[in-house]
Amino acid sequence: MKSLIFRTASDYLLPLLLLFSIFLLLRGHYEPGGGFVGGLVASMAFLIHSFAYGLTQTRKIIRVNPGYLMPVGLLLALVAGIAPWFVGLPFLTGLWFSEPLRFIGAVSSVLVFDIGVYLVVIGTTLTIFFSISESV
Amino acid sequence: MINNLTILPIVFQFLAGIILLFCWGKIGIQKTLSILLSLISVGIAIWMFDTTWKQGIQISHAGNWDSPFGISFVSDVFGATMVLLASLSGLAVSMFASGSLRKERIQFGFFPILHYLLMGLMGAFLAGDIFNLYVWFEVVIISSFVLLTLGGKKKQLEGAMKYVSLNLLASSLFLVGIGFIYGLTGTLNFADVALKIAEIPNRGLVNATAGIFFVAFGIKSAIFPLYFWLPAAYHTPPAAVSAIFGGLMTKLGVYSIIRCFTLMFGGDEFLGPLFSVVAGLTILTGGMGALLQKSMNKTFGYLIICHIGFIMAGFGMFTELAIMGAVFYLIHDIVVKTNLFMISGLVLKMNGTENIHELGGMYRNHALLSLLLAIPLFSLVGFPPLSGFWSKIFLIQGGLESREFFLIGAIILGSFLTLWVVGKIWLEVFWKKAENLPKQADGKYFHQMSAANRWLMVFPIFFLASVSLFIGLGAEHIIEVSRKISSDLMDTGPYIQAVLGNQITQP
Repeated sequence: MKSLIFRTASDYLLPLLLLFSIFLLLRGHYEPGGGFVGGLVASMAFLIHSFAYGLTQTRKIIRVNPGYLMPVGLLLALVAGIAPWFVGLPFLTGLWFSEPLRFIGAVSSVLVFDIGVYLVVIGTTLTIFFSISESV
Repeated sequence: MINNLTILPIVFQFLAGIILLFCWGKIGIQKTLSILLSLISVGIAIWMFDTTWKQGIQISHAGNWDSPFGISFVSDVFGATMVLLASLSGLAVSMFASGSLRKERIQFGFFPILHYLLMGLMGAFLAGDIFNLYVWFEVVIISSFVLLTLGGKKKQLEGAMKYVSLNLLASSLFLVGIGFIYGLTGTLNFADVALKIAEIPNRGLVNATAGIFFVAFGIKSAIFPLYFWLPAAYHTPPAAVSAIFGGLMTKLGVYSIIRCFTLMFGGDEFLGPLFSVVAGLTILTGGMGALLQKSMNKTFGYLIICHIGFIMAGFGMFTELAIMGAVFYLIHDIVVKTNLFMISGLVLKMNGTENIHELGGMYRNHALLSLLLAIPLFSLVGFPPLSGFWSKIFLIQGGLESREFFLIGAIILGSFLTLWVVGKIWLEVFWKKAENLPKQADGKYFHQMSAANRWLMVFPIFFLASVSLFIGLGAEHIIEVSRKISSDLMDTGPYIQAVLGNQITQP
């Protein structure tokens, strides 16, 4: 799809969608959103980019092989899970900073878990998509 | 006793999977790491078992939400024993896979998925909540789909189709059953369900729910008449995969049946006869099916079914002695069945075929190795003093006690059929002269492999054979463990008290 309109639109959509995905990720704990939806939106952004510019360009802007995002995300989720062990609480207990941070809001180990999910979703979706479009 | 580390075996397998994912494509590193991590996992499992044995039931509430609301992970002696056996089999299979698997399979992520499969199994053995059990079942099933189809041969895909469709059916039935339980009791925690389900006046509905669970787990554990997917699927993947499937996957179904029907629907009047009939028929159909097979793997597949029947028979009798026998049998069976599939993999590598009519001359060519292979084969039959012997004695004693003569007959006939089958394998594969071995196998022969790989294939067989020998010769330890497990299963009070203790003491 080499149309000029689509390319121009995708130039704007990529940063917008990525920002939106981070917004979704951060508001996740108490309001609708979270790592899964955020990750889907982010991978959508890269998908649109790859439709407009082709796979090689998209790979270039992502830089890392999306397959590596999966273990990184899983590791983050695991760290968030076992962090409470070090303060004598059971697995997966949410640890919260007492004061909410500026812009980000309340930060906790739950957020780290969500970021892990976010990365896993991006990694999985992009790996599936890239391997399908490469083999077609 | 609250112990935050109850969940450690699961978390460790998860970590192992992640570490191996980071080494995607680096085959040598993956092999070494997988063996090393499995070794540590065995250490963790031993520690878990030891703590549970000495200090009683260990509990962890995920997310610090108290049980019945949160998800509890409970390690009683039964669960801890199963975790220990799973990690032992996992270690053996990890070694065997390092030695025998082809490069392409490892490249597409065999080892990470193996560790995720083990994670699912351990999760299921430690779950204290029926919905959590379902989730672990799904983890196990998804990993097993990948393992089963890895390599993508036509035969494999055909077996996988049967396996997938039946397991999905079983999963949906399981989910329906969980819905019923939740509707009836408003809780999903095993201990809480056990307390509440006893007070429900509508016994018909409870029995129907129990029936749904029985069918769902029955499909997964391959009991009569729901077993036909097993021989169709288990002989298609490489030996390392069949080994973990044959050793542990069907046992997961049996474990769930035992857990649900002792704890939740404890000693139901409606299920006793059903268990007995199904167990007897499972033994007979499995044994007779095994007689007819030409392929070693398929024979062992049918023997799995036959021996699932033995375990079910113990629960059909439902006396403490019989359950002790069944638990002993379960412990012995996991080790032996894992080993059997590895043996047939080894025989296949050595001769290029696993058709017992074509095979032969193993004893003449490899006398020492044949003696090693004899240990698991004859443990399976239950030659005294090998490991199968003791459990059958207890099962038969239990049968005499509860006057279940049909089951005793089935067990004796089943043992006889097993003896016949194993005798036939011994005769054909080990004693007979090899005449029509295929000229060229696909892949390397055993003697063309490097010495390290050959050791990696033989050592796990030796390792599990020595575990079987220990179970047989050191039977008093295993009897002690099985007795503890069976008394726990018969009297669920301590389990319920341990899980819900804080609620019961509070006003």
